[in-house]
Amino acid sequence: MQDRKEKKYRKINWKLAGSLMKGNGRYILFSALALAVAVVAAYCGPLIVSFTVDYVIGDKASNLPAFVMRAVENLGGREFLRGNLWVCAAALVSFTLVNGYATYLRRRYIAVASEGFAMEMRNRLYHHLQAVPYDYHKHASTGDLVQRCTSDVDTVRRFMANQLMEILRTVFMVSAACYIMFSLDVTMSLISMVLLPVLGVFSFVYFGMVKEQFRLSDEAEGKLSSTLQENLTGVRVVRAFGQEKSELDKFTACNEDFRNKTYKLIRLFGGYFGSSDFVGYTQIAITLLTGVAFAVKGRLTLGEVMVFTTYVAMLTWPVRQLGRVLADLGKATVSLGRVEEILAVPEETEPGTAGRPVIKGEIEFRGVCFGYDAYDDVLSDISFTAKPGQTIAILGSTGSGKTSLVQLLQRLYLCTAGEILVDGVNINDIERGYLRSHIGIVLQEPFLYSRTIKDNIGIVRPDAMAEDIHAAAKIASVHEVINGFEAGYDTIVGERGVTLSGGQKQRVAIARMLMQNAPIIIFDDSMSAVDTETDAAIRNALRERRVNTTTFIISHRITTLCEADKILVLEHGRLVQQGTHAELVAREGLYRRIARIQNALEEDLAKELGAQGGE
Amino acid sequence: MSNTAIEEQDYDRDLKVDIGIWKRLFRYVLSNKRACVLSVVTNMVIALIDIAYPLMSRYAIDNFIGKGTTQGILPFILLYFVLITAQAFGVYSFVAQAGRIEMNVSFDIRQQAFKKLQELSFSFYDKTAVGYLMARMVSDVGRLSELLSWGFVDLLWASTYVVGVMIAMLLLNWKLALLALVVIPPLAVISLYFKKRILQYQRKVRKTNSRITGAFNEGIMGAVTTKTLVREKANYGEFSELSGTMRQASVKAAVWSAIFMPIVMFLGSIGTGIALYKGGVDVMIGAIGFGTLSAFVSYTMNFFEPIQQLAGILAELQSAQASAERVIGLIDTPLEIVDSPEVVEKYGDNFHPKRENWEPITGEVEFEHVDFSYKEGECVLCDFSLHVKPGENIALVGETGAGKSTIVNLVCRFYEPTSGRVLIDGRDYRERSQLWLQAGLGYVLQTPHLFSGTIRDNIVYGRKDATEQEIREAAQMVRAEEFILRQERGYDTEVGEGGARLSTGEKQLISFARVILANPRIFVLDEATSSVDTETEQLIQEAITKVLRGRTSFIVAHRLSTIRSADRILVIRGGRITEQGTHRELLKLRGYYYNLYTTQFREEASGAILDEKAIEN
Repeated sequence: MQDRKEKKYRKINWKLAGSLMKGNGRYILFSALALAVAVVAAYCGPLIVSFTVDYVIGDKASNLPAFVMRAVENLGGREFLRGNLWVCAAALVSFTLVNGYATYLRRRYIAVASEGFAMEMRNRLYHHLQAVPYDYHKHASTGDLVQRCTSDVDTVRRFMANQLMEILRTVFMVSAACYIMFSLDVTMSLISMVLLPVLGVFSFVYFGMVKEQFRLSDEAEGKLSSTLQENLTGVRVVRAFGQEKSELDKFTACNEDFRNKTYKLIRLFGGYFGSSDFVGYTQIAITLLTGVAFAVKGRLTLGEVMVFTTYVAMLTWPVRQLGRVLADLGKATVSLGRVEEILAVPEETEPGTAGRPVIKGEIEFRGVCFGYDAYDDVLSDISFTAKPGQTIAILGSTGSGKTSLVQLLQRLYLCTAGEILVDGVNINDIERGYLRSHIGIVLQEPFLYSRTIKDNIGIVRPDAMAEDIHAAAKIASVHEVINGFEAGYDTIVGERGVTLSGGQKQRVAIARMLMQNAPIIIFDDSMSAVDTETDAAIRNALRERRVNTTTFIISHRITTLCEADKILVLEHGRLVQQGTHAELVAREGLYRRIARIQNALEEDLAKELGAQGGE
Repeated sequence: MSNTAIEEQDYDRDLKVDIGIWKRLFRYVLSNKRACVLSVVTNMVIALIDIAYPLMSRYAIDNFIGKGTTQGILPFILLYFVLITAQAFGVYSFVAQAGRIEMNVSFDIRQQAFKKLQELSFSFYDKTAVGYLMARMVSDVGRLSELLSWGFVDLLWASTYVVGVMIAMLLLNWKLALLALVVIPPLAVISLYFKKRILQYQRKVRKTNSRITGAFNEGIMGAVTTKTLVREKANYGEFSELSGTMRQASVKAAVWSAIFMPIVMFLGSIGTGIALYKGGVDVMIGAIGFGTLSAFVSYTMNFFEPIQQLAGILAELQSAQASAERVIGLIDTPLEIVDSPEVVEKYGDNFHPKRENWEPITGEVEFEHVDFSYKEGECVLCDFSLHVKPGENIALVGETGAGKSTIVNLVCRFYEPTSGRVLIDGRDYRERSQLWLQAGLGYVLQTPHLFSGTIRDNIVYGRKDATEQEIREAAQMVRAEEFILRQERGYDTEVGEGGARLSTGEKQLISFARVILANPRIFVLDEATSSVDTETEQLIQEAITKVLRGRTSFIVAHRLSTIRSADRILVIRGGRITEQGTHRELLKLRGYYYNLYTTQFREEASGAILDEKAIEN
């Protein structure tokens, strides 16, 4: 399953990669140039040592290029250098300096490029996730999305930062080494590299093999964590059943499994390092021994033998890393594919002319239909009007379409038929940001941002004064609660702060919505976790405040419903009744049954108390 | 929670390395005697071989190339391959021993910490977030054991290598050696400085990274709210600022580590330069051979590696100080509820109970002038007294924070009274072991908690030796069997992590079956407020009635039906009983209970009517 999924992303989307590069591409080029300089400088070191040993100290001919020799002659030739051997030492140090500086530049530039790339990816993902339609979020898994936005982005970034240049470096080094070595002695060069392909292939095969053990170890760690997490979250159950011992046994089993599997993985790595060291050193030994034999025959100089052994030692490391680089390339490609999948989701669009008309709060639903798919209507043929300042209550059972109805008004979804007019304008022709900022909504399970209560309430108006915020909190009956916290309005809520109860959250969200000063406000069952007395207090405070605000309230509390100017009763997505309290109690239906609960309660009480009295 | 937040901040600072703590941690390493001895041996061997290679080259240069002969090359080749083979095995053993130590250290620490977690009282869990504990147990322990084990073997290797090379160089030519070794002190100082800076920057990157993860999480979870508040632009602005900070911090960290290597290489090359210059002159005057010169050049070229490794270990120790303190702190957390030695002697401890000595429980519970407070000076329960007869059903009602859960937790001995006594069957429960009481207790939570595994595993949780027949009877009694058999694999269906594959109602029923099977004398129910559909609600109510029958029970009640059927209702306000009696008695008072009942009646009735409509659908 996992494999099949990964296959889907096996190709790199170059267009996407290019667009994410956005101006950072040139840094990759700079980095590659610096890399080339560094490789050349690194190779010069052994050449200088060899030159010193053979030409200066010894009395062999030099094999350096003619222009270098001309410079040496100008300086005063062998005699001069023999008298001033420090010049050779200084040359060695300067080439190391060049190498060091170029290496520094290579890493700096690639860091700039890869971090820029990662930033662009993160920004784009964040922006895009806010711009996709509501429906996408309703069905997506938060954990999966977060993982794509964080670890997948990081996998791609790490590949660029570490491995991309590693590939280039291997290529440069091997070709430069080949060039220099072959120009010295072809046979010797071939012998010096005979085991390198073996090393490369070995590393490649090995990293393929180890992948499985990696997975096993990862899984065992996941099991260990989840067993631990379950134990900690269920600590009360464990204690209540006195199961400490069996929990310890369960944990021990996971802990042992993780230890054994990871130990096996590490041993595999040990085997890899051991055997690749063996191959690498054997290659160096072969080079040294052949070099010795050639030198004894006079075919190579001592300095040249030193060049060969040093170069071979320099080459074995990148070559044995090759397998890892390729494995990482595979991972990075898959990760980029997973990021791309998010970015490919179309953004929310403007269906109409995106105007910004004055909104006073008159609303009309004209034959509105809505369904998530073509076969199943959630709402059908809904028509009603609301005048500015009116309060509209909506009553209906779970799944009757109440929430969908108000979501349509916010244009979180588009009607499939019919139209919704706000002050005579079809909402599809109103720019969605403009429309939404004129319609305040409080959800049943409101979301608070992880920041202070003050910032949460004032989030739509960053310039709001403390008095405004307190006033809103007072209307929402949450001012006292907030002052009861140690840090008052500066208390941080949400994931990394204090956990508020459901009712407290709802009230903070109501205060936040009030700060919008919107002409239309919606309560989507947003006082369900607030007790009835507080509910009434909030509604009274609201009534005093709003003059011309059109209000929608979804509720099943009769006290709330009966105060409304108009009550809409929804059943199975149809508007079955609408009217005032007086009109609806006069008719058979859902509303009347709810309204009569009070009578039922009185009967119940009379029975309980009466029976007691009769005894 | 706030405790946790403050403690997290320790990770931002470089704490002073506390040798005592590391000594304690190092004991975990030393307990792997065989691996430690093998590591010492292996590391010496590898380091010596590393030192030997340049000497081999020296021999080859001076004896074969210098003299222009291949005489005696065969033993030389043999010796070379012996070295290579020994090195290959050495490297394998090096990695394997380090791995063994690493995994054993993390295993032992986790094991010890887990045992501790099974014994810590609930006051600890109230103050400590699960996420915090997970971070200590998973990442901190992982990081420490990695540092301890690999740090240990690296330290062995690097110090052997450094000392060995010094000796080799001094033996070859002490004057030249002293000159070439001049670079070591600055190399060490600079390495240490850079390693520390690099770790600091990396920490900043990690911190920013976790903020980015948080921002994504919030952005995705709050996507709808963001849309309705039209906050997209403002959120994006904040986010791009954060991701800009991340880029800056990462580039900075990368630049610091990019500067580090060249500087080390440069210092190293000064050593090589000195060797080449001074050694070259010596060769010319015939003081040393070419071979010695080549050995010196190799040594000076490889010197910076072990030095910077040593510096790295030191810097890591400092940066892991906070992790070390937290982990040791967890292992050392004092237990608040402990059984006295005499009690353990007779009844056994949590992991080794002596069930044969346990008296059966009849279920009489008495609170005798119990005071309880979570914090000093703040009384949650004051002078609370209550006598419950065996088999009596008690419903506790009142507002959140009034003390209902505290009473229940005291009954379970999840907490102990600050003063006063709780008697079970007439004896202070501290005279018996915690496990004695808790094994005779049934407890169903507001949010039912299941463990991953099959449905059967969960039902037998409290009584692992139950027969198939008993399991089915328990499930049938709470009418859970119907839905269990509807599952694809019946009782063997996996419930998923935390029971995620089942609905809340189904989880409730299974947790009732679990209690029925354990057959406790005392039963505690923290009733759920969350709504389930009417049909399941019906089943749950029936299940509750069955579980309550014949058991002493305490119910933190929300459903009217449960409250009404209790033998006695206690209204708890501000840590005291303000009203108590049967349903009718309390209604007659027309006090708090009356109000609560009428409100609840309306809510439940309208809920029921609306649900009916939904079911018709």
